[in-house]
Amino acid sequence: MNGLFPFPENISTYGGDIDTLFNAVTWITGIVFIAVEVALVVFAIKYRARPGRKAQFVHGNDRLEYFWTGATFVIVITLALVSRPLWNRIKEPSQFPSPDLELAISAKQFEWNVTYPGPDGKLGTPDDFTRRSQLHMPVNKKILVTLSSEDVIHSFFLPNFRLKQDAVPGMHIKAWFEATKTGEYVLGCAELCGLGHYKMKGRVFVHSDAEWQQWQQQQAATALAPTQEATSAGAP
Amino acid sequence: MSTMVLPHEKQSHAHHDDRSFIQKYVFSTDHKIIGIQFLFMSLLFLVLGGGLAMVVRWQLGFPNQPMPGGGFFSEAMMNKGIMLPEMYNASVTMHGTIMVFFAIMPLLVGVWANYLIPLQIGADDMAFPRINMASFWMAFVAGLLMVASFFVVAGPANAGWTGYAPLSANPEYSGVHTGQQLWCLSIILLGFSSLAGSVNYITTIVNMRAPGMTWLRLPLSTWSLFITSILILLAIPVLAGAMILLFFDQTLGTTFYQPEHGGQPLLWQHLFWFFGHPEVYILILPAMGFVSDIIANGSRKPIFGYKAMVFAMAGLAFLSWVVWGHHMFMSGMQPMLGGAFMVSTMVIAVPSAIKTFNWLGTMWRGNIRFHSPMLHAWSFVALFVIGGLSGIFLANTPIDIPLHDTYFVVAHIHYVLFGGSLFGIFGAIIFWFPKMFGRLMNDTLGKIHWAITFVCFNMVFWPMHKLGTMGMMRRIYDPTQYPHLQEATPINHTISLWAFALYGAQIIFVVNFFWSLFKGPKAGNNPWEANGLEWVAPSPPPHGNWDGELLTVYRGPYEYSSPEAEANGTDFILQSEKPSSRQGAPGMAPAGH
Amino acid sequence: MDHAVEQMKVDERLEPGVHVYNMKFGMWVFLLSEVMFFTGLIGSYIILRFAHPEMWAEPGKVLNVPLTGFNTFVLICSSVTMVKSFAAIQNGDQAGLRKWLVATVGLGALFLSIQAVEYYKLYHEGFAPSVAMYKAAGGPLYGATFYTMTGFHGAHVTIGVLCLIFTSWRAFKGKYTATSHAGVEIMGLYWHFVDLVWIILFTIVYLM
Repeated sequence: MNGLFPFPENISTYGGDIDTLFNAVTWITGIVFIAVEVALVVFAIKYRARPGRKAQFVHGNDRLEYFWTGATFVIVITLALVSRPLWNRIKEPSQFPSPDLELAISAKQFEWNVTYPGPDGKLGTPDDFTRRSQLHMPVNKKILVTLSSEDVIHSFFLPNFRLKQDAVPGMHIKAWFEATKTGEYVLGCAELCGLGHYKMKGRVFVHSDAEWQQWQQQQAATALAPTQEATSAGAP
Repeated sequence: MSTMVLPHEKQSHAHHDDRSFIQKYVFSTDHKIIGIQFLFMSLLFLVLGGGLAMVVRWQLGFPNQPMPGGGFFSEAMMNKGIMLPEMYNASVTMHGTIMVFFAIMPLLVGVWANYLIPLQIGADDMAFPRINMASFWMAFVAGLLMVASFFVVAGPANAGWTGYAPLSANPEYSGVHTGQQLWCLSIILLGFSSLAGSVNYITTIVNMRAPGMTWLRLPLSTWSLFITSILILLAIPVLAGAMILLFFDQTLGTTFYQPEHGGQPLLWQHLFWFFGHPEVYILILPAMGFVSDIIANGSRKPIFGYKAMVFAMAGLAFLSWVVWGHHMFMSGMQPMLGGAFMVSTMVIAVPSAIKTFNWLGTMWRGNIRFHSPMLHAWSFVALFVIGGLSGIFLANTPIDIPLHDTYFVVAHIHYVLFGGSLFGIFGAIIFWFPKMFGRLMNDTLGKIHWAITFVCFNMVFWPMHKLGTMGMMRRIYDPTQYPHLQEATPINHTISLWAFALYGAQIIFVVNFFWSLFKGPKAGNNPWEANGLEWVAPSPPPHGNWDGELLTVYRGPYEYSSPEAEANGTDFILQSEKPSSRQGAPGMAPAGH
Repeated sequence: MDHAVEQMKVDERLEPGVHVYNMKFGMWVFLLSEVMFFTGLIGSYIILRFAHPEMWAEPGKVLNVPLTGFNTFVLICSSVTMVKSFAAIQNGDQAGLRKWLVATVGLGALFLSIQAVEYYKLYHEGFAPSVAMYKAAGGPLYGATFYTMTGFHGAHVTIGVLCLIFTSWRAFKGKYTATSHAGVEIMGLYWHFVDLVWIILFTIVYLM
């Protein structure tokens, strides 16, 4: 199935489950698809009009109707119920794991402003720093992001993480993910947000632990540098 | 062919026609002329909407290369023939808007509800002919407003056909002011037109059926148009309300959809999709009805499971009111609600499956005549299945996470709206063309057009599933910007070439249409050897339809190959043919067994 | 008797339809869509208001509830006069029909005049629909939703009054009789609907 419908490389903890579910649904729908198309072609050939042929005068078959109604109902409801836990695991805030790192992401036309906690590890303190359209994170850590928007609706889309979540002005929406592999990936906007929608992209860096520490300290230092005196005077 | 009509006391409608040209062809109250007016208007919009799709495909297939004819556009749209994002976003938006509201919807409802309902139920006209005329002219003015928006400063609306606020509510964000306002006004006016129409259709079907035309003897086309009219009646006012609030946001400085003063962007989405999902069924149910008529006719068999087909359409219509949230899985709506909407959405597969299997059942053991309407109906089933099955992926919330707002969705809607609705429309036009104009369309040209369209369609839209899983977002002007979409470039290139071929192939249809209009062979009353009442009337039917006769209906519309028909030496029997007393009970059966 | 002939007689007796004349049935169908329109507006109002209750002030502090209460009474009276006019023509009472129709027009016009005065006063107190001009208690959405909902109702009343004037004109020309008065009946349906919507709007906008 992966050749027919290729996804980008998966690097998140729950992405594999989505891919598995996708493949399962591809099998189920694929069988129905092939059965219907084959029937259409076979019927078209076998029952084509020929001299001397007569159509069978039949109005239907109640048993068959009950059968395919019931069978379809059972299959789709089962599919829905099986899928719900995964949905809740990814999207339901009350089921989120406790995060190792919290980030605040504010979208605006046409950039993603990612606010990182400084050395204190907390958001909303003066040592926070913000990077434009660059999302850095440590590998194998649970990241919780709070999405907001300053103007229109944007959609935070990480193809390699199998994550998408709209950022809506006036709302603060939480989402989480955990990367399993270091490297550079892509962040895109999936909701039409204006003329620059197509270029509202960001770079995603998944660092090893050591690299992350180093990056965070370095960034915090440069971020703090200009205001060092002002804050140190008042700091306890 | 024997046409049996009963003499009746009411001969009042056998008036001869002394209307002026204007009354007859321009401000006509005749449902058939109104249907034909809608046909020409919406086919023009189909050409325009398709042209906009070609603009979009040019940019995606040949990014940053000068477009042929690009020089005609203003500098705000094209820079030396190279498309700017302004042009791209406007084209995407107007393609969607025009296709949904001005092409597919009037092609399905405006054309066929007007043309077919009175003919299929045996009425001489609509319940409210003058309101009917007003309905067309409101749609016409709405269309003018929409076209006018191309010529205003900053161009037409560019916030997507879904017009998500706040982008659509505030010109600061979209860069478009007048265009977006005209968009609102045009759709509100079109809404009035649709409402006037649906009040008419519902009243006509309920109250004006010929004697003996019971509910379970209605052709499925009329059933589908009846159910569609109910959806229009109840969904359009909600859209009108939402559009009015949006219009106030744009013009009066209110903030219904903007968060600064307590407004809610998601309110727009809830209202829009509360209308929008019924709208999706407005855009497919009539096609299902036409295809049912055509498949039964082509297969020379009664429709398999008539009652199940009616219940399935009613079920789809009912479900359409409780599934709108699946358009909003990623919108920040409560995940709990998302889970509930997933279940209700999945259930849609049930009536869809019933319909598909019943079409197959109709063909099974038939004696299938592959005339070109039948080819279109056959491919409707083949392609609608794909659109339906890809819907299961999107309905499934976890799978929707990577697929939402990607080309997978684009593939899905086009398999339903093009592969489904538009193939159904082509089939319906060729099928009822002889009734409308008295001449048959050329079957060979029809088949060539069908074959090329079928192949090109699949070459355009099947690969889009792949683009979707790769993560290509919708409505992006330049996918080459993204590292993960580098592999998409050659696919997009190929898709565009096939899309141009697809658009070009429609010339065959246009030529066939106009050539047949004047030169096609005379059709006679019943060229397809069908059973419906419309085939009793002359082709084209006169004003008042029945030359003053009133019909009585004795059987269902799909009694092909019945013993009763065979007794006549044919395999069809008109609904209005008086049963001969020589025959026994079997032929008397109503349709719904 | 032969089965087929028997069946044929049954078929010919089948006169489909609901035995309500088209105009009346059509009006009912149209009013269903009106229900959806006002449901959409009222639903939006409820969602907006309950998400930000602080944006709304006590209705009594901004709106003139007693005056509008009186206006509600006026509209209810106009429904009564409408019923009277319909009852009159059912009995063939032309004078009664004209009298009660004119009374209905008058009451409808009175309702609109009082609403116009109310709008004028509110607007000058800074209770405006737009953010830029809003100066009253609560927030601008209060003004925006108020004018939208009462305004669309007012537009319906205006159309109703115009149609009533047309109906009255026809009544004075003697176009309605005891057996033929569909125009009066469907006018009444519309008018009662508009009245009913007002009672709901009054409750939601002025009393809650």
